[in-house]
This record gives sequence, C-alpha cells and structure tokens, in this order.
Amino acid sequence: MLAAMTPTPETAKPAIAPMQAPRVTAAASAPVTSPTRIKIDHINAFYGQKQALFDVNLEVPDNAVTAFIGASGCGKSTLLRCLNRMNDTIPGARVEGQIRMDGTDINSAEIDPVQVRTRIGMVFQKPNPFPMSIYDNIAYGPRAHKLVSNKAEMDELVEKSLRRAALWDEVKDRLGKSGLGLSGGQQQRLVIARALAVSPAVILMDEPCSALDPVATAHIEALIDELRKHTCIVIVTHSMAQAARVSQITAFFHMGKLIEAGNTDQIFMAPKLDQTQDYITGRFG
Amino acid sequence: MNTPIAERPLLGSRKIHAADTTFRISLHVAGALVVVVLLSILAIMFIGGKLAFDTFGLGFIWGTEWNPVTQVYGALPAITGTLVTAVLALCIAWPIGFGIAFFLTEICPEKLRTPLGVAIELLAAVPSIVYGMWGFFVLAPFMSEYVQPWLTNVFIWIPPIGDSFFWFTAPPIGVGMLTAALILAIMILPFIAATTRDVLLSTPQLLKDGAYAMGATRWEALTGVVIPAVRGSLFGAVFLGLGRALGETMAVVFVIGNAIRMPDSVMAPSATIASVVANSFPEAEPGTLDLAVLLGLGFILFVVSFGVLAVARVLLRQERMS
Amino acid sequence: MKQLTAATRARYFRRQLVDRIMGGLCIAAAGLGLVLLGMILWMLFSNGIAGFSLAVFTESMAQPGAGGGLANAIVGSLIQVGLGAMIGAPIGMMVGVYLSEVGKESKFAQVVRFVNDILLSAPSVLIGLFVYQIAVEPLGGFSGLAGALALAIIAMPIVARTTEDILRLVPQAYRDGAVALGSRENEVVRKVVLPAAFGGILTGVLLAVARIAGETAPLLFTSLGNTNWSTDLTQPMASLPIAIYRYAGSPYQEWVNLAWTGAMLITVGVLVLNILSRFSHAAVAGKQGG
Repeated sequence: MLAAMTPTPETAKPAIAPMQAPRVTAAASAPVTSPTRIKIDHINAFYGQKQALFDVNLEVPDNAVTAFIGASGCGKSTLLRCLNRMNDTIPGARVEGQIRMDGTDINSAEIDPVQVRTRIGMVFQKPNPFPMSIYDNIAYGPRAHKLVSNKAEMDELVEKSLRRAALWDEVKDRLGKSGLGLSGGQQQRLVIARALAVSPAVILMDEPCSALDPVATAHIEALIDELRKHTCIVIVTHSMAQAARVSQITAFFHMGKLIEAGNTDQIFMAPKLDQTQDYITGRFG
Repeated sequence: MNTPIAERPLLGSRKIHAADTTFRISLHVAGALVVVVLLSILAIMFIGGKLAFDTFGLGFIWGTEWNPVTQVYGALPAITGTLVTAVLALCIAWPIGFGIAFFLTEICPEKLRTPLGVAIELLAAVPSIVYGMWGFFVLAPFMSEYVQPWLTNVFIWIPPIGDSFFWFTAPPIGVGMLTAALILAIMILPFIAATTRDVLLSTPQLLKDGAYAMGATRWEALTGVVIPAVRGSLFGAVFLGLGRALGETMAVVFVIGNAIRMPDSVMAPSATIASVVANSFPEAEPGTLDLAVLLGLGFILFVVSFGVLAVARVLLRQERMS
Repeated sequence: MKQLTAATRARYFRRQLVDRIMGGLCIAAAGLGLVLLGMILWMLFSNGIAGFSLAVFTESMAQPGAGGGLANAIVGSLIQVGLGAMIGAPIGMMVGVYLSEVGKESKFAQVVRFVNDILLSAPSVLIGLFVYQIAVEPLGGFSGLAGALALAIIAMPIVARTTEDILRLVPQAYRDGAVALGSRENEVVRKVVLPAAFGGILTGVLLAVARIAGETAPLLFTSLGNTNWSTDLTQPMASLPIAIYRYAGSPYQEWVNLAWTGAMLITVGVLVLNILSRFSHAAVAGKQGG
C-alpha cells in the first residue's frame, strides 16, 4: 500500500501521482511502494491553551523519506516530536489522537515512551554530540540499552555505525577525542551514527542541515538517501529544494493543519490545492 | 540481556520506571532538607531561648541591663552594637566599594580589568579571622594611638559634635564600635565591590551607548541611565553586604571590646549579638538561663538576618527577571 | 560653524569637571581599597613567614615556652573540612540538580531556592549554636563529628547554588539528545548532564571547601578545639581557625607568631582553592564553547 494520504476526507485513497514532468531530482525516484510504518490518526496537539496541530492524518511509509514542509510555526516540528513522544518532556504539552507504529498506538497509556524513543531515533537542528569522546557518543545508546555484551562487540558496533553514517574514515584515528572537536557537518553525522547504533526502525530529523554549510549539507543529504534503504525517515525542512532533493513523500503544513500530502513529484509539480502551489512557488520564485 | 531493540516490547516496564521514581523522590528529599534545616534552626533557637523570653518578656529585647551575676539579661546593648557597627560599616564600605566597581567597569584600562577583578574576588574569600587578627594587632593600636586622640582633640570643642554619641571623649583604648565597624567595612569591601561590579556589568551596553550618543559624560551615563536601570540590584547588593556584617563574628570579636552595656560613644567598647554569643558561650552551662539567653539572642539575630537577606534576594531576583 | 555661547561653554566645563572629580574619587577609592587589602596581606605574610618552620607541620600544640607547632590543628582541620565537604557536597549537588532538572519553576522549587539563598549567607555563628543544640548537648559532648556537621551545613547551600547555576548552562540539546536516545530522566542527568557540568560542579565544591576551611565561629560550639593530638571523631578536635583564635588572643609572643603562621596557611590554602576553582570553571566553559 502506498502511504501518503490527503488529510481529509479519511476515505481518500493513496494518491499516486502519475509521472507528469521530468522529476526534480534523481533521489525522488519511483513511486513509493513500501508498507506503512507509522499511521498518524486524528492528531491534535496543544501547548497549554494554544492548539498547535489540528486533526492531522498521515501515513508514513517504510524505506522512504517523508518530508514535512511549511512556514515557521506551522506545526511540522510539533508533529515530528509527537512521533517519538518528545513532547512529553515539555511542560503543558498535550497530544490527542493515535499514532500507530507497526500497528501499536504509541500514544496509549500503557506504552512506555522510553521504549518508543529507543526504536525511533532523532536528529536535531543543531548538532548535539555529548561532551564526550566520539567512541562514547556512539556507545551511549548501546550501553544504555545493553545491546552488546563485551568490548569487542561494542567496537564492532561503533565502527559499523560510523561507517553507515559515512564518518568512519574521517574519525577512525581519533575515536578517543571529544566529539565537540569535529566540524559541524561531521558532528551532525556523528549524531546520526549515534542514533543508528541502536538500530532504530525510524529516524526523525528536525531541520538537520539548517546549521550546516552547503558542502556538509550535500554529505548529509547523500547519507539520508543511503539510509532510507533500510529505515523509515521523516525529515522536517524549511528548504523546498531539500525536500525535493531527498524526499519521496512530502506533506505540506499550514497553521497547524496538514494541507496536502503526496508523492514529492506530485506535490512540487502538480499540487492539488492552490495553497500548496502558492507556498511552493512563492518559495521558489 | 542483548535483545535487539526491535524485539523488545513497547509496553511500560514498571521496574525501570522505579529508577526514575527513586531519583525524583531522593531529589525532592534533598530539596526538602534545605527547608527543614532552616526551619529547625529557627525552631531550635526559639525553643532553646524560650526560657529567656518567658523570664523577661519583651524586656529581653528592650532591656538595657546585662548582668550575669544577678541573672538579668536585656539584649538591647548587643542589638544596638550589632546595628551600629553593621550600618556604620556599610556607610564606609559602600561608597568605596561602588567607586571600585565603577573604576573596574568604566575607568580602568582593559588590560587591568580582569586581574584586578580577580584580585578583588580573591580578597572576598579571605577568612574573616584574618581580618579580625589584623584589626587586633594593627588597626586597634593605630586607632588608640592616633585616630582617637585626634578625633577627641579636634571635636571636643564643638559641643554638638564633640559631645554627642559620635566623638564623645572615650578613653583611647583602640577597641570599640568604630574599630569594629572599620574592620567590618574592610572585610565586606571586596564583597560589595565584586557584587556591584557584576550588577553594573549586567547593564546592556546599548543603554550606555545611547547615553554616550547623546553626549553624556561617563558620570552622567552612570547616574542618568545605568543606576536607574539597576537600582534594585544595587540595593540588593547593599543588603547582602549588610547581612554579612550583621552576622559576622570573628572579625568583630577581636576588636569590639566585649562590653555589654549601652554605648555612650561610637568609640566605646561594646558588643554585637554574634560576639556575645561567641564570648559568653564557654560559661553557659546546658539547661541554664545563661544558655537560653544566648539561644534567644541567636533567634533575634537569625530573624533580623533572615529579613535583610530576604529583601536582598527579592531585589536581586526582580532585576534578573525583568 | 555656530559659536558656542559662554553659558554653554561654562556648562560643558562644569559637566566635564564633575566627571573628572567623580572619576578621580573612584580611582582614589580603588587605590584606597587595594592599599588597605594589600597592607593586610603584607602583614599576614610578613608575620606568618616569621613564625614559619618545619615544626609547624611536625609538632602538636604545646605549652608556652615548649616550642610546638600546629600539626594537630592542621590535621584536625583537614579531617573536619574533608568530612564536612563529603557530607555537604553530595546533598548540595542533589539540591542543585533538583532545582535545575526537576523542580525548575514549581512552587516548591522556588521555596527551596529562596531558603537556600538565605542559608547561603546565614550567620555561621548560628549554625554552630544550632549544631551544638542538636548534636553536642544531646550526644554528650563536643566532637569532631559535630564540627564536620556544622561545616557540612555551611557547605551544602554553596554547592547547591553553584550546581544549579552550572546545570542551567548545560545546553538543552544534550538533554533532548539523551531523551531521544531513550534515556530515562535519571539517566539523562547522571550520564549526560552531570558529566557535562563536572568542571563547574567541582568549582562549586572547591569554593565551598575554601569557605568552610576558614570558618571559625561554628567550630567554637561544636568541635571546641583540642591542644592534644586527636583524630577521634567523638572527642573534641583541634582545628586551625580555633588554634589561631586562641593563640592570637594569648599573651605569649611565640603563640601569637604561630597564630600568624596558621592564618597565613589558611589564607594560602583558601586562595589556592579559589584559583584552582577558576581553572576548573574555565575548563568547563571552554568545553561548552567548542
């Protein structure tokens, strides 16, 4: 089943946009055919009195990159933080509705948010390696969740994670050095490697390139495209171009509402709604 | 043990949750302990001093006689000594401390600011007993030999001043309230200078630039813009200094003279609550009125300090929020 | 260009004059303050070095005329300050963690923060009197343990305050990162936040140690002082500040000399601790800037 759905009505069938025009990039290739990983069902979110999300419905497919776009304060980051229950840590934040990951509602009362977060990795806007060595940064998750039983396994896992994040060659000689000594782009890849070390099923990225220069951004984007082969990735971005380059599915948010979602090609080439069209062309124009 | 993440249940595990609960409870207990300590100090002083309050009633605070032989205890001499030395110390230390702070923030060459600032902060950390010793061995003899005779000679002929509380002809023995106030002033000087400097530094440069742009001199910028902007914090720093001076023991005990009677001159030997407590304690047997009186004095000092420090905190916090 | 009127010029001159005079007074104030404090330190060191000898460290306090040193007082101080810090610092850290990580702006946390600030500057002589009432009188006598307890009560709010301040400087991103990796609250604090703030917390502990090392008044009521060598925590214990206090007021010149030497030792110790704390603070600030 294809994943992207328009928000309303609920009965809307997955929208597979026919290929109409040359694709924006190579990354946004063939239509997504992988199964749904996360099903967002009637989500309303509040910060205190203020409602940040209004009845959002969306399906996020596996092995693909789903991009959330929209102006600042449109709710895209809020929704991202709902997916791993990071909003629990904000006082006064409240989320209503269901988010099903592989069929389990992660918002339900008997779910342990910590277990949810171990399965869903997250990468933040600003690289946030812990003030410890590169090795210890990667080993943090596996140690906390007791994923390995000895040093050799840990070494192996650290190397594997760093390789997957395309950072191994750059740091293999200084694993004992502080992670804060790396460049911004390297730090962001270190953080991705740290998330990968616990083999999450989903990786959430909150504007992961907004603090990086173009070269580092290109590195991260290439990495994202590589990672999606094995994981489900959700990325929040303020850059239209980035959404077009890396994602297969795009969801456009405005004032807390999901306006339109669908294949990235379709959203960018032939949006169904004028509002989406305006936003995209406004940004591009 | 090494179950892959994907095979672990999402359901809440009570056992690990308990770790967070224990964590939170122990932190709350630690926080509560702080409050408990403060309340216990108040309670212990009050209960221990109850005998004194019961025996003398309000007279304990207003009584001017202190006589261990007849077992009559009035705290007014000690209270007076405490307030006079502390306020006098503040009146001496604050203008100088403020001057140092203004010097450090505006006048001093860039290169010297950090080393001088650090020196001031280090001096604030010197134990008070060192100031007490210096007062005893250096300042008191100096006062007795030069300052007191000079003050007496100069002002004795001017009856309104020479005959008043201030320069009354006290025997030039060097120790007394004025010497204690000077020592307290020197002791709190680095502290006041450091806190005032921090307050002055907290003024946004933009504010000062605005004043300079209008052609204000440094002094005008200070009095017209900076001081109004940080008035609350400046008073907060003053009250913090006052709180220190009120409760100080070791700097005072060497030079106050330890005479528990109503002072007739600012140069006369006197006593502060803290010095009385420290000096009379060795003779106060448990269970006697003597010890109850000391605890009662402690209660009064604690309540006064509490008030002064509370005002200081409120003034300092206000500024921090806005 | 417009001519300045005489009045304008006079006013300008007067304003400049006020600025100069007040500036000059401030420089004078700074000079006076530094001279006074310099005099105190000079007196301390010149007298302290005069009485300085190896015997200060190797011999216990003795009768006047019998030589003697301050060894028992130095060891007593080390024991009481060490024990006081070991009791007070962990509790203070927990209070700081509570205020910064759990309580934050809640009502109770605000009360704790306020009370902690009061305790921070409460007269230490009263802490001594308090401990006398709860731990000396009921337990049958002056003891090193009671001294350590009094010092712990003084150290606790200092450590609590610096811990809270430094934890607030730890970027929220570290906490978010750890939470997103599936760490529980206690793990976030223990494994990420506290290690990140280690240098700053160490600063607070060093400052607290420096402060209690010089405390005299509370020990008068608790460990009392002891002229003999004793490391028994249940017995009265000597300490450097008390030894200074007793010797400084004595009529014997050699005791007075020892008092100066003791005061110099304490001051040097306190200043060294303060300087060390600056380094540990700078280290953590540098780490976060990177």
